[in-house]
Amino acid sequence: MLITSAIISGIGLGAMYGLIALGFHVTYVVSNTVNFSQGSAMMLGAVLGYSFGVTLGWPIPIAVIASLLLCGMFGLLVERTLVRPFAERGSNAWLMATVAGGIVLDNLVLFTFGKEPRSFPSFLAQKPVEIFGAGVYPLQLIIPVVGIAAALAFHLLTHRTRYGKALLAVVQNPDAARLMGINVRMIVAASYVISTMLAGVAGLLIAPLFSVHSEMGVLFGIKAFAVAILGGITSAWGVVLAGLAYGLTEALVTAYLGSSYTQIVVFSVIIGALALMPNGLLGRAAVNKV
Amino acid sequence: MLSHMLPISRRLVIAGATTLTMLTAAAAQETLKVGLVAAMSGQSAKSGEAIVRGLTIAIDEINAKGGVLGTKLELLVRDDESNPAKGVVAARELAQREKVVALFGGLDTPVSMAIVPFANQAKIPFMGVWAAGTPITKNGAPENYVFRVSAVDEIVDVALVDYSVKKYAAKKPGMILINNPWGESNEKGLKAALADKKIDYAAIEKFETNDVDVVPQLTRLKQAGADVLYLVANVAPSAQVVKSLDRMGWDVPIVSHWGPSGGRFSELAGPSAAKVHFIQTYSFSGKLAPKGEEVFAALKKKYPEIKSSADVTPAVGIANAYDAMHLTALAIAKAGSTEGTKIRDGFYAIDAYDGLIKNYKKPFTSANHDALGADDYIFTYFKEGEILPLMN
Repeated sequence: MLITSAIISGIGLGAMYGLIALGFHVTYVVSNTVNFSQGSAMMLGAVLGYSFGVTLGWPIPIAVIASLLLCGMFGLLVERTLVRPFAERGSNAWLMATVAGGIVLDNLVLFTFGKEPRSFPSFLAQKPVEIFGAGVYPLQLIIPVVGIAAALAFHLLTHRTRYGKALLAVVQNPDAARLMGINVRMIVAASYVISTMLAGVAGLLIAPLFSVHSEMGVLFGIKAFAVAILGGITSAWGVVLAGLAYGLTEALVTAYLGSSYTQIVVFSVIIGALALMPNGLLGRAAVNKV
Repeated sequence: MLSHMLPISRRLVIAGATTLTMLTAAAAQETLKVGLVAAMSGQSAKSGEAIVRGLTIAIDEINAKGGVLGTKLELLVRDDESNPAKGVVAARELAQREKVVALFGGLDTPVSMAIVPFANQAKIPFMGVWAAGTPITKNGAPENYVFRVSAVDEIVDVALVDYSVKKYAAKKPGMILINNPWGESNEKGLKAALADKKIDYAAIEKFETNDVDVVPQLTRLKQAGADVLYLVANVAPSAQVVKSLDRMGWDVPIVSHWGPSGGRFSELAGPSAAKVHFIQTYSFSGKLAPKGEEVFAALKKKYPEIKSSADVTPAVGIANAYDAMHLTALAIAKAGSTEGTKIRDGFYAIDAYDGLIKNYKKPFTSANHDALGADDYIFTYFKEGEILPLMN
């Protein structure tokens, strides 16, 4: 029972980390930049979902779609105002700018949504079902399915479609891509929209299991970034796999060694894994052309 | 590419520590300033709001009677964001620039612990109205300027153990504690209280504020044979414990410190919230004493969003702050001065004060800086958003 519940908890949480980390991956492969306000985008998904679905009482499907569209717009805004102006000048200041953007959003939400954590009820997280003696909410089983489906979709997109090839061409040589008639700016912007929407999905999925508040994304954002690096940020599968591995390790260490050891062991494992595989689990070595 | 990525995490950490400034524009009139350093934002923001309300109602009453030493009182509020470093900076700023005559503390034991050495060194009275960590008042300083009108962990822990034995005949309790100095303070207290009663504990488990899933820890406690759980955590993490218990289908009695009172516990934890029995110093529910009615009426008048006792949450923050402000005003009046050392002696000189929580008799002595004791605690539970007292 201990092991079943730990594995199910671990896979559910791991898939969450994977989803957010996939957002880091998407923008990185397209533009070599990442959005450090991913954690805040996740929070935004949950807060908007709560505001539309619970406060305003919209039907859940409409609330979910509206939340994700707004998350996508947040991504667009981040790319346009916090990344592009710096990246186009060859500056790395987008790092700080996106971190700052996340802090601004967290605090805007604090003042508008309110200071108290709220509960986001879901029929998928009300009655636990029993699996090998461990209680599980149906939602916990849906999360990994969504995570793996997202990775699969992205893999197929980039490897099987013209649009996906265009995405990858942009990162290899933006100038050549532009000459080939690819709208580079639009593709980079699209990658940011996708990444914040993925984080929004993660936020909506986790909300019923957790509580909705302005700081809920902070820790997730940091852990997801660790996961992205661990997985090899250039590989969609690597990132999702690393998410699952991270979640599982976390849950198993807590279950068998006790919670005092969780962070020590998990982050030591990450350091060890990166020492052995500097490009992450499935990442390819980067070649810097001079 | 990875080598390009590495500095990011460092920057991320630095950025995470970036401060947000809060501002309180104080009108430059001749007033006697008192300062509050508490969590006004973040998960515990509701606690800061409650303390401000308690202090404000008391200050309004005092000012209506002419203030203290012929001067009106003025409250300055600073947000510590539950961050000890920010708390110390704010305390310094209030003491040195704003020249407040006394400081009030917030909910977080770690923040208060960080302010204690500064208060003692600067000889400025520091009044705790919420944080319950034992060493806040028992800080071992030769000159102690820290007082408290709130629960004290080591006494709370004795009460939790007593309650679990009386109510549930606990034989092998387990502990599920938040992983911070507050959790640690109670780990010590609970161990000592159990040792006094010669009761063995099953196991001790820690968890983090943002843990979504506490099932692994709880499963360990269950396997260790815990028959009652002692819970020490703030409202959101406490709710995660209750939700995890629900999911496991483990129906175990929970005897809790007062964390759940800090917010919408019954909403966050769901129907099982009512199973958690937690300690309080005061409740605005039920039949109130005249003083309680009076304060409740003042609260409703000043804050129109308060309509019923269910809106006076967290009651402990309001009640503790209210009594603490009145006691501090009495101490300043006894001192006849705004000098820290004299105010401290003023606290010792208070004979009696008929307060909201109780009728205080000699609340402070040089050996005891805590105004509330074991007899002043009540056990409560949540029912549909309202904190109700339990009949033992």
